[in-house]
Amino acid sequence: METLISWAIDVALALLVVSLAWRALASTDLFKAIVLFIAFGLVLTLVWVRLNATDVALAEAAIGAGVTGALLLAAYAKLRATSPDAIVDRAGGISGIGAISLLILILLVAAALGYAVWTLPSDYTGLGKEVAANLDQSGVSNPVTAVLLNFRGYDTLLEIMVLLLALLGAWSLGITIPRPEAAPGLVLDTLSRLLVPLLILVAAYLLWVGAHAPGGAFQAGAVLAAAGVLMLLSGRELPAALATWPLRLALVLGPATFLMLAVITLILEGRVLKLSPEWAGRLILIIETTATISIGVTLTALFMGAPPGEEDR
Amino acid sequence: MTTSDYLSVALLTTGGLFFLAGTFGLLRFPDVFTRLHALTKADNVGLGLTVAGLALQVDSWAVAGKLLLIWLLALLAGATVSYLIAQGALRLGIRPWKR
Amino acid sequence: MSVALFYALAGAGLFSIGLHALLVHRHLLRKILAVNVMGSGVFLVLAAMAAPNAIALSDPVPHAMIITGIVVAVAATALALVLMLKLTAETGQAVLPGREEENS
Repeated sequence: METLISWAIDVALALLVVSLAWRALASTDLFKAIVLFIAFGLVLTLVWVRLNATDVALAEAAIGAGVTGALLLAAYAKLRATSPDAIVDRAGGISGIGAISLLILILLVAAALGYAVWTLPSDYTGLGKEVAANLDQSGVSNPVTAVLLNFRGYDTLLEIMVLLLALLGAWSLGITIPRPEAAPGLVLDTLSRLLVPLLILVAAYLLWVGAHAPGGAFQAGAVLAAAGVLMLLSGRELPAALATWPLRLALVLGPATFLMLAVITLILEGRVLKLSPEWAGRLILIIETTATISIGVTLTALFMGAPPGEEDR
Repeated sequence: MTTSDYLSVALLTTGGLFFLAGTFGLLRFPDVFTRLHALTKADNVGLGLTVAGLALQVDSWAVAGKLLLIWLLALLAGATVSYLIAQGALRLGIRPWKR
Repeated sequence: MSVALFYALAGAGLFSIGLHALLVHRHLLRKILAVNVMGSGVFLVLAAMAAPNAIALSDPVPHAMIITGIVVAVAATALALVLMLKLTAETGQAVLPGREEENS
């Protein structure tokens, strides 16, 4: 009975995920597509919980559904402000024989992927044992944080660089941001006054708890970004004094600290990001704290789309 | 099963019924304002009952406090978002449905 | 069939749906959504690799890779959206110029 209920939940979730993705990509209205995509991200969060990937679930809810959703909706609003014609999605350019052959091709790809997934060796054990065996050397007790910040720290270093590069790319395009259409109003203002301090507290909690339970720098950074986005939406702007070098400092604080640590470990330990066990816990906390600040500020800046102070060019 | 288990089951089931009613309202009501009414009223109570049911099962006050905080945050966000959606709908010129 | 394998097959399905939408639709916002759906499909397959059966110890390495992937996906999405806005500001349309324009 219990396995039956468990299977019913899994089948329902999988069907819901696939049908939401399909509807998001097939609906004629772009706004509807974005909302369905956010719902897709939230249902996918439940799938991660079902697959025992709680860290991933937190990241998906905060970044995959939350920040991506905010970015998509902001882009939609800017698109509409640029040209009302640009939000109309006309039917695709492929028709007739092209569409049919494309469909056949996609079905072949799907069948090949399905076959490849089906024939994955089921006795594959992965690296779970190795991670568990070395966990006490890593400085943290959450295995996912240990992998992210210690065992495969260079992945995370490059990932933070990618985030910074994306912002540099976005800023260098020099798009102009249209003024908000309407005043935000009292209700949103009150909400942001209540929520922003709490969001900062939650970010700090997620950062701290990441050492021994699901959480960590990326989830915490996304929560910080949510606070930033909420403040931007309620009409607050970054003071001009902070928009110059303090903003840049906050953006590069995480990547610079991480990079510096990589260089220092290369010189002292002979290998990039080799953290010695007695220092690992403290070093990870320093990296994660600076990274959280930078991730939060970078994601908020990506939401704005252009450097502050250049909105009205 | 102890008394608190039975109480949990009762609270969770009632909460689920409220969610179900709210979802029916969302799907069946005629316009955006009535749908908001169905969604927020039912889901606030539904989530409250679910949280109460789960809080009976946890063994530490900290976890129960976090559950309560989730409910309060959902209430706050739900109320604000409903207001913003309704305001946006009015601004777009959507008039409340009349029979 | 295990739960993980079932979700992995759903992941393969998501990838295919995303690929189809990426090729069929012309609006760039839709293409960006499609790439994100394809990414989620890949993540599902990866997560299934983390726990192929109930006996094995859950493998944190794919989980860490998925989190990395989610962050890289949001960075790429943000850049793609700004590129789309720039193109729209230049051409007035959020579609890539292609053969259709030349023919019509």
